[in-house]
Amino acid sequence: MSSVLFDVPGPKARLRHQIMAVLGVLVLLGILGFVVYRFYDSGQFEARKWEWLQYEQIQLGLVNGLVNTLKAFAAGAVLALLFGAVFAAGRLSDHAVFRAPSMVIVEFFRAIPLLVMMFIFYYGFPTIGVKMSPFAAVVISLMLYNGSVLAEVFRAGILSLPRGQSEAAYALGMRKTQVMTLVLLPQALRAMLPTIVSQLVVLLKDTALGFIITYEELLYYAKNLGGIFEFGRPYVPVTLVTGALYIGMCLLLTALARYLEKRNRRSRKVVPTDTKKTDEVVPAGDAGGVGIGV
Amino acid sequence: MSVLTSNFQLFLKAFGTTIQLFLLAAVGSLVLGTILAMLRVSPVPMFRAAGTTYVTVLRNTPLTLVFFFFTFAYPLLKILKLDPFTGAVVALTLYTSAFICEVVRSGINTVPVGQAEASRALGLTFTQMISHVVLPQAMRSVVPPMVSTLIALLKNTTIAAGFSVSEAGAIRDSLSEQGANMLVGMSWVAVFFVVLVIPLTLLQRSLEKRWSVAR
Repeated sequence: MSSVLFDVPGPKARLRHQIMAVLGVLVLLGILGFVVYRFYDSGQFEARKWEWLQYEQIQLGLVNGLVNTLKAFAAGAVLALLFGAVFAAGRLSDHAVFRAPSMVIVEFFRAIPLLVMMFIFYYGFPTIGVKMSPFAAVVISLMLYNGSVLAEVFRAGILSLPRGQSEAAYALGMRKTQVMTLVLLPQALRAMLPTIVSQLVVLLKDTALGFIITYEELLYYAKNLGGIFEFGRPYVPVTLVTGALYIGMCLLLTALARYLEKRNRRSRKVVPTDTKKTDEVVPAGDAGGVGIGV
Repeated sequence: MSVLTSNFQLFLKAFGTTIQLFLLAAVGSLVLGTILAMLRVSPVPMFRAAGTTYVTVLRNTPLTLVFFFFTFAYPLLKILKLDPFTGAVVALTLYTSAFICEVVRSGINTVPVGQAEASRALGLTFTQMISHVVLPQAMRSVVPPMVSTLIALLKNTTIAAGFSVSEAGAIRDSLSEQGANMLVGMSWVAVFFVVLVIPLTLLQRSLEKRWSVAR
């Protein structure tokens, strides 16, 4: 896409681009070199600071943290999808009795910061006698927040289908439930898949918030590890390793999204829908936010 | 209600800090994000690669980890001393700018090719074309996702509470010291956030209507 913004470079432009590229590389190398020098100078590359990676105990601990992160992610994702489906159905319902409350709930939970929700469940609920484990607090908050965002995604996906689809189905004498499950959902799901997966990436990243309410996930373990004095308080190496783990997991999920998108495009059976609407609700796989009603 | 009235000063101060954090990080990430978007569409492949790497890394890192880095690891590098507030602004700016960059870039892609071609025909350079022709049009079409990103930024400021910045999320610490009713206290925080988010949503709606381009 970007190639349309400029002409195919001629000899002069190519030279200019090369000079700019060299300058750019120099600036970047300068910044990188400075950072690496700071790393080196403050002793982050000393063998002692990386020694911890060799201990089996610590490797097991890291794996355990990773498993806990994935557990919260899996539970949160399944529940959020269910929550989203239920409330999207509520918002699309013909009866105002269902429509109004679902709208209020969805809009409300999308406007509250996830961390505040976790605080409410973990620190607030014990005051009325409901004690919650950090895991439960994390999963419930993830479900409510991401579920509301997903509800909007589902709704936008269904509304973006051509009207003729449901009209034809009604004309064939199908009932409301049949129209939804047999005609609208199968088509909408395909169009929405990339958006759904990118929301799941957000959910995966948000599990790291559990760290603040002492859920023993990856970052929590990293914090403890970074403070160990015998290894020279290896905060910097630990951050780099955890960052690499998170980026790896998210890229895997993103790769899945891209694969699904490709498969989706290849299929000739799918009706071209207005996917722009679903994209707008969750712009660029971003951390959500109150979107726009369609 | 008593939790709110007896701690009104605390709430006011905390939300003041939240809004400060939000405004500083919003301006910072809008500027940085636009620069990154320009890098990502530039004719120099090197710049494109640098922009793409930055966006990929930052978008796939949890914000909590970015905060973690600036709180625990960064001071060990002994580059420049940052107090927790400045650290939070830097972390939020770096993280959000990656998302702003993607939003702006998607906006650039919606500007018809003819616009860029016409400005080339007039002899504008790439920088002139981007800043005088393409970006002004792109910015109008990306109002809704841009405001959504900013709303997400507003909500993300609460994470700073976990890293010793006394903003809205940190109200919890003070309340728990007093032994106040946490459920009521935190619910008030939630309500205040809803109240803060609503004007932004309204702004989004009106800007969307006023600035929408007929194409």
